[in-house]
Amino acid sequence: MLVIPCPHCGPRGEIEFSYGGQAHIARPKDPEKVSDAEWADYVFLRDNTKGVFLERWCHVHGCRRWFNVARNTVTYEILAAYDAGAKPPKLDYETQV
Amino acid sequence: MTQSFRLPEGGLIDRDRRLGFRFDGRDYMGYAGDTLAAALLANGVHLVGRSFKYHRTRGILSAGAEEPNALIQLGEGARSEPNLRATQIELIDGLEARSQNRWPSLSFDIGAFNNALSRVLPSGFYYKTFMWPASFWMKYEYVIRHAAGLGEAPRGRDPDHYDKTFAHCDVLVVGGGPAGLAAALAAGRAGARVILAEQDSDLGGSLLGTNGTTIDGQPAAQWIAAARAELAAMDQVTVLTRTLAYGYFDHNFIAMVERVTDHLGEKPGHLPRQRLWKLRAKQVVLATGAIERPLVFADNDRPGIMLADACRTYVNRYAVRSGNKAVVFTNNDGGYTAALDMAAAGVNVRAVVDLRANPEGPATERAEAQGLHIMPGSAVVGTSGEKRVKQVRVGRVDPGSGRALAVSETLDCDILAMSGGWSPALHLFSQSRGKVVFDEALGAFVPGDPAQGAHSAGACNGAFGLADCLAQGHAAGRDAAKDAGCKPGRDGARAPEAENHGFLPAQWAWEVPSDKPPGRGGKAFVDFQNDVTANDLRLALREGYHSIEHVKRYTTTGMGTDQGKTSNVNAIGIVAKTMGREIPEVGVTTFRPPYTPVTFGIFAGRDVDGLLDPVRKTPIHSWHEQAGAAFEDVGQWKRPWYFPKPGETMHQAVNREVKAARDSLGIMDATTLGKIDIQGKDTAEFLNRVYTNAWSKLAVGRCRYGLMLNEAGMVIDDGVTARLGENHYLMTTTTGNAAPVLAQLEEFLQTEWPDMEVFVTSVTEQFATVTIAGPNAKPLLRELAADLDLSTEALPHMAIAPGRVAGIDARIARISFTGEMSYEINVPASCGLALWHALMTAGAKYDITPYGTEAMHVLRAEKGFIIVGQETDGSVTPIDLGMDWIVSKKKDFIGKRALSRPDMLKPDRKQLVGLLSENPEEVLPEGAQLVERVLPKPPMPMIGHVSSSYHSPNLGRSIALAMIKGGQARMGQTVLAPLADGTTVTCKVVSPVFLDPEGTRLND
Amino acid sequence: MIESYLRQSPLAHLALAAHGPGSGKPAGVHMAERPFPGLVNLRGPGDNANFHGAFKAAAGYDLPVEAGATAGSANTTALWLGPGEWLILDARGGPKSGPRIAESLRAALAGISAAVTDISESRACIRISGAKARAVLQKGCPLDFHPRHFAQGQCAQSVLARAAILLHMTPDETAADGPAFDVYVARSFAEYTWRWLEDAAREFGVARGER
Repeated sequence: MLVIPCPHCGPRGEIEFSYGGQAHIARPKDPEKVSDAEWADYVFLRDNTKGVFLERWCHVHGCRRWFNVARNTVTYEILAAYDAGAKPPKLDYETQV
Repeated sequence: MTQSFRLPEGGLIDRDRRLGFRFDGRDYMGYAGDTLAAALLANGVHLVGRSFKYHRTRGILSAGAEEPNALIQLGEGARSEPNLRATQIELIDGLEARSQNRWPSLSFDIGAFNNALSRVLPSGFYYKTFMWPASFWMKYEYVIRHAAGLGEAPRGRDPDHYDKTFAHCDVLVVGGGPAGLAAALAAGRAGARVILAEQDSDLGGSLLGTNGTTIDGQPAAQWIAAARAELAAMDQVTVLTRTLAYGYFDHNFIAMVERVTDHLGEKPGHLPRQRLWKLRAKQVVLATGAIERPLVFADNDRPGIMLADACRTYVNRYAVRSGNKAVVFTNNDGGYTAALDMAAAGVNVRAVVDLRANPEGPATERAEAQGLHIMPGSAVVGTSGEKRVKQVRVGRVDPGSGRALAVSETLDCDILAMSGGWSPALHLFSQSRGKVVFDEALGAFVPGDPAQGAHSAGACNGAFGLADCLAQGHAAGRDAAKDAGCKPGRDGARAPEAENHGFLPAQWAWEVPSDKPPGRGGKAFVDFQNDVTANDLRLALREGYHSIEHVKRYTTTGMGTDQGKTSNVNAIGIVAKTMGREIPEVGVTTFRPPYTPVTFGIFAGRDVDGLLDPVRKTPIHSWHEQAGAAFEDVGQWKRPWYFPKPGETMHQAVNREVKAARDSLGIMDATTLGKIDIQGKDTAEFLNRVYTNAWSKLAVGRCRYGLMLNEAGMVIDDGVTARLGENHYLMTTTTGNAAPVLAQLEEFLQTEWPDMEVFVTSVTEQFATVTIAGPNAKPLLRELAADLDLSTEALPHMAIAPGRVAGIDARIARISFTGEMSYEINVPASCGLALWHALMTAGAKYDITPYGTEAMHVLRAEKGFIIVGQETDGSVTPIDLGMDWIVSKKKDFIGKRALSRPDMLKPDRKQLVGLLSENPEEVLPEGAQLVERVLPKPPMPMIGHVSSSYHSPNLGRSIALAMIKGGQARMGQTVLAPLADGTTVTCKVVSPVFLDPEGTRLND
Repeated sequence: MIESYLRQSPLAHLALAAHGPGSGKPAGVHMAERPFPGLVNLRGPGDNANFHGAFKAAAGYDLPVEAGATAGSANTTALWLGPGEWLILDARGGPKSGPRIAESLRAALAGISAAVTDISESRACIRISGAKARAVLQKGCPLDFHPRHFAQGQCAQSVLARAAILLHMTPDETAADGPAFDVYVARSFAEYTWRWLEDAAREFGVARGER
């Protein structure tokens, strides 16, 4: 069970959170203009990263805010947590594995 | 029986408290402070079980958690518990224990046949023999599981209760031996919140099994008592004995089990039997000690062959001689300490057989001085004795060949005490993902760099001298407190001082030299619990399993409940030697939690019976109960399913309820519908985006039905949303989706459209909601809401208005899920019961009839209204449902883009239709598959399935809704439903709206 | 007019008072339902001075902005729930207090981008207090209940067993009696939560009713 650093409430047990998959997946601004393949990519396809992964969590049993986390999927170490909509922090995404 | 092997004095037992117990039907006596193993040994009982695979006679090997042989079935009936280690069972008065894995009796066991057959039962035997033909495995398995195995699971329901708790601390110290105590003291003095967990009944660890040890100039027992007192006096320190840290998980999450009442003769009813601790520690000190290794030689598993240090512990802690005549077999100096303590207790130590050509070391010297018979450069090459070891054969090791020469001496004995060195207990460290490294001098793996906030100290860290243990424990406790953010400890605090003798020097031989070729001359066991021999390991290598992880799985060494405690290093050593590699090249297998088995009860905790899952009840629930309602689970809610009158079947009750709602007046508790309060100036635009239809023009006081999709274009929810004010809306969701829909809306607002000014708040539980439906709904409401203008001009269909009903502040919405004139009345939840009573009383003249979810389903199916989750299954679009009318062409909404994907436009998508069976009495089973033609046998092409099916009393026949490929083009055609019972139902495809397609019943 | 006896608090059906105070032996834990608290959910722009100013003008105190912080007056207490979200409560307010608070806040915040929602009826309030109150809550809640981490006046949202809860460690108790917590839980979870707490408290002895 992870300890997840909620940007608003501080570190809390994973049991209080729900997972939201990969972060920084933007909804196309004009869906009618994208191809079927691009739409499928937006709706269905996600990375399966070994190493530092940017992912979304919601503090569903706390402040109810969505935020993003940089987590090493090998060690489960959480390197950063930041607000939804903010830019990802500068991290060494290659050598953390 | 007398305790003839009990020493007249000494030990840490309470001789004033004599305890009677029973083992395999015989009565024995022991003392408080004994383990079951100690008490059995005190009574001369060594034979306690049969081995897992070969059913060989086995005795007590150890004095602790590493025990692989003495696995016991404890207790009777529903409280019976299998596979408990006799070495850890605290003796209580009246204890009942049985040996396992034997039939008909321990001393005569039919399964021992396996031993005679062992030539044809090598490792991998089951895989090779019984996997073909594959369909027979189930039969083989039944026989195999009976022949090989451990104890029996209790059949009855567990009568005990169990507790679970979360916990937090700065420093968790695992292990209450010298290193752990020093660590807890140092961390506690630094002000850290400390939890010290010790699996034993008492603090002291290895010190409890020694004699004459001093720390800081005082006897060890005094030092332990002082440490215990100091820890008890610190507010921030919690000492948990009988508490096993069995698993080390991510982010320093440690699972522990505390045995609260197992050791009590009388068990207080208010206490849980055991408690699961779900502990988050900022830092962890691992002071888990070490485990003595057996030596691997022919027939090294007979009862009476024990670990040397265990013999010593039985003498010093329990005042028990393990036997009368002992041979000690060692490859290190530590074996001599055991020999000396046994000799001091009056055991006739016949000889110390030492693999080392030149025995040396402090204990060796003392043994020499005391005149013990030492046989240097020698090996035990075989043993004899069926139910107890009787003789050992000793051969000299040829320094040139490394093999043993012919037997030089045969010694009578009833104890063979062996010491093959020590392995640090790395299980928790390994579980924490810490990598271990091989220490050549120690002949064992030790912790490498920790992967989490873990500090190893003492024997588990390769420190075997007492002074080193104490110093490492002290430093680890201090450092852990500092790393946890505590201030440094008091000035001048220092590590406790002591002598520093370990078990070295030693000479490693992973398999003892033999006078016979490998694999001949008796089984040399590596893993006692899994019955794996040195030869099995070699066989696995010969058959091509070269990774140690594969060798483990093929032979089962180090698996199961034992997790390789006594076997791990020997097995890896033998594999390395056979492969001609170094041990670090071979590597280690991963240790799995739990360290020793834990009972399922602790995971259930109090989540049983009424607390298994929350039962959500509406404010009107007590009325439903009194009315004798049958309930249906909808998520965690209990909803009235139907209200049977005395003598009524479900069918009769539902028919009556359905008729009442159409003919006069029905009443339903709709409180569980999800309700979301939405405020903010952008709400209309927000609804445009989350619903398929347009919301900009909805007037205040009006309601609209909406359909919600996911981005894949599939229907996920539906419901009516009302506009209460300029920027104020009330959305309803299906009962099951109240929470997910709210979460989805929040997610959009926070992550996709953060600039929108919209606030969503759940008000599901703020209101009790009662629906009245039927021709008499309006007359009833008119009577109870006299101030309210119910005319169609003032409150038309799909309108909402505030008002008072039966004197209660309410919101009244004229909406209908039944096709009848119907009102949904929302009142404060605390007034729900009062409203219900008022409606029931005033409605009596209309024979007001409460109806449940089943009648509601029939009523809506008569009208062809869908239920999300019944007609839809995550693969259904609005177009499939024939609801094109609700899908806006103009605006974007969630899921819109997906609706133009090619797959969505295919003509053979499953579409919603009505079905009428040829025989009007025949009610199709829901889920029935539909075909065009019935073939003689499956498979046959399926074109759809029945999603809803009922008897409709208003139509006087059965009706069904179905999802059928290209269904809308099949109107009037015939489809077939072949049923499981072999019959086939012929059905006609019709419109899903069976009743009042014009909707005239909604009007006055 | 609805008579007050027809208004049912979430745990009224358990008839807790009728069961008496429990055994005579000293109880580690006291438990009671606090019926009809006034509870209003307030959403608004946490970074907007006008919003904070308007609230203060109406309530007489500043909205708390730190995680888990509370602030209040003699009339109401504001609990921080998240960025831009508060619960304004009047624990002993009675059935009319929620609508009353909501009305006054709506008036005060008119013209400001904010949402005021009366949720008084949505929640049950269970008061649990006594020397072992922390230990009982700790059994089902992953928060750290050590006094260093959870102090008087503090609030937090979390879970208790399988129920979502809002916890408020009330400031109006003396330390000698042990801590007191108000546990707010969705109305339909009230019975489950009550029974769960009573079962968890069993080993310490439970008394029904407030101390």
